[in-house]
Amino acid sequence: MGIQQVLFLLVLSATAYLAYRHYHRVYKNIFLGKPKTINDQPVTRWKNVFLVAFGQKKMFKNLIPAVFHLFIYIAFLFTQVELIEIIIDGLLGQHRIFSGILGGFYTFLINVIEILSFLALIATFIFLYRRNLLKIPRFVKSELNGWPRLDANIILLGEILLVTGIFTMNGADGLLQKLDEAHYPDTGHLMLSNGFAQLFFADMTQETLFMLERAGWWLHFMVVCGFILYLPFSKHFHIFLAFPNVYFAKLRPRGEMENMPAIMNEVKNMFGLPVKAENNPDAEPNLDFGAKDIFDLSWKNILDAYSCTECGRCTAVCPANLTGKKLSPRKILMDIRDRATEVGKNIESGDLTFFNGEKPDGTSDFYKKHYQDGKNLFDYISREEIHACTTCNACVEACPVMIDPLEPILELRRYEILSESAGPPDWVPMFTAMENGGSVWQMSDEREKWRTEI
Amino acid sequence: MSLKVNTMAEATAEGIKPEVLFWVGCAGSYDARAQKVTKAFAAILEKCGVSFAILGNEEQCTGDPARRAGNEFVFQMLAIQNIQTLNMYEVKNIVTACPHCFNTLKNEYPALGGHYDVVHHTTFLQSLLNSGRLTIEGGAWKGKKITYHDSCYLGRVNGVYEAPRQLLESLEVELLEMKRCKTKGLCCGAGGAQMFKEDEPGDKRINIERAEEIAGMQVETVAANCPFCLTMLSDGMKAQDKQDDVMVYDISEMILQSNIISKR
Repeated sequence: MGIQQVLFLLVLSATAYLAYRHYHRVYKNIFLGKPKTINDQPVTRWKNVFLVAFGQKKMFKNLIPAVFHLFIYIAFLFTQVELIEIIIDGLLGQHRIFSGILGGFYTFLINVIEILSFLALIATFIFLYRRNLLKIPRFVKSELNGWPRLDANIILLGEILLVTGIFTMNGADGLLQKLDEAHYPDTGHLMLSNGFAQLFFADMTQETLFMLERAGWWLHFMVVCGFILYLPFSKHFHIFLAFPNVYFAKLRPRGEMENMPAIMNEVKNMFGLPVKAENNPDAEPNLDFGAKDIFDLSWKNILDAYSCTECGRCTAVCPANLTGKKLSPRKILMDIRDRATEVGKNIESGDLTFFNGEKPDGTSDFYKKHYQDGKNLFDYISREEIHACTTCNACVEACPVMIDPLEPILELRRYEILSESAGPPDWVPMFTAMENGGSVWQMSDEREKWRTEI
Repeated sequence: MSLKVNTMAEATAEGIKPEVLFWVGCAGSYDARAQKVTKAFAAILEKCGVSFAILGNEEQCTGDPARRAGNEFVFQMLAIQNIQTLNMYEVKNIVTACPHCFNTLKNEYPALGGHYDVVHHTTFLQSLLNSGRLTIEGGAWKGKKITYHDSCYLGRVNGVYEAPRQLLESLEVELLEMKRCKTKGLCCGAGGAQMFKEDEPGDKRINIERAEEIAGMQVETVAANCPFCLTMLSDGMKAQDKQDDVMVYDISEMILQSNIISKR
């Protein structure tokens, strides 16, 4: 076993171990949310996964970014072939093991990957330009200040590194094939990397080329490992979470707010109406209504938050945000994610003071009852923000990965009104009028008076 | 114009089973501007020979603004009473000129035990048009430059984009679409119970943003489908002193202003 093989195995195992820990942590954070059963209409759900997640359908409402995003996305998908080969080669101490198996198809495949990688590189530069120089409004909102902006640029720079790795590796390899046929199997003509090598590597010695090929190969592999470990800390987690998120997205009518059976039954009781044992396994007799913290949101709301890539298409169409109000749907998602991460970290610390000394059993229900760190979602999301929403659903429509920013906003409103008896004072007369007179306005006239005036 | 509008109670007493229940809504009942729409729509129904009734004083707010404000308790109180009333009269078909009532009746009442076939008045008028019960011959709107404002709860929330446009087409108007139309339609600013509170601090009001977009379009009319949009857009026009340049109408009012071939 060569030294490279040992090193490779070490890096791969370390990445796998750390990745498991980080990914599992996000998984646990998502399920800090309330249990919710989502298993209806599997056919429609898979259809959404194919059209919206795989097919990028909703991205194409905005053509220019959609096309460039597609370059990066397809390049990412196809490069997996090369990555699998790298892993097999790395473990077995082989070199380009697929080339012998696939023959001419290998040449075709690597050419496709190179062309896509090149297009992805162009897209990367355009994205850097759009973010940092063109300053598209949705990329310069205040919620992106600091880490989110850096995060976006880090990934784009990583993409440049990755493509550099691919071309260095393939370019040097092409030249080495002519110098050392025994060790470098013929890949056939690779248009882009062969040209690239002619330009930059033409007169290099076999020794230098060998080093370059290895450097490119390792760079490719290390960037991928870094990327895998970086994802759970980054908005770029969407590349995985977009798929489950679309699968579990709300299929009920957009205009239907989640019913609250506890309140419905209470009101039915009040009117002396029979109360059916509601066929709703998720309904729990609860003391608090609505959401004040992540435990009161559904796990799907938190999955939404981790799936958000902070593109800001929601915020760009939010009428409140467009007119200078504080509300930004994107920020709501970012806040939910950051709060879930914060709570998850505290829980993981094992410090029992977070649970009043009680021993946690790991269930969402336990944390809901016992978790306390002196904070809740309202420390992240201000009242002003949730009060500004017109429930117009523009954010829901805009999200390319079917995130629903509206539901958590309305759940926060429910908490404020039902559990705190707070909320905008202007609404009090409306509630009173509705409760006492059955109309949104306090009116002295009869409701049907208009018909006498025709 | 004299028109007798029956309540369900009256219709039932007379042994009449109306084709459809006209859900008037709070705005349609009390708001002076929206009342005109209510009357216009009732007049069209009458002209087309559609038998209809209202709940009248037995109707209550659907509860939409309370629910969206977060007050589920008030929503349930109203919704459950309304469902009791509707079920008592064995109502099957409902038409309403308010997209918020439409959405709540259609999408939210079923979970509470209220199952009805609910359509918005533009969809209802479209079906009258397509079935030949409503015939419009030329008239006041021919060739007029107008634009159409998609309300959130009819358009984006319930996916009704074509019915109102087909009606406008039947009026032979020249329809100029706004940049933000259909799925991208901009809210008027009233939804989510914003109608009933002051705006949160910001640079401008949402209806002003929309009204500016309309004012920049060389149209003389903006057609709407929602009583709250009507108020918001009219206020937006007034704020720019454009209330005499761009009129704000509900589509049913525009239809009534054309020549309807009466079936009676």
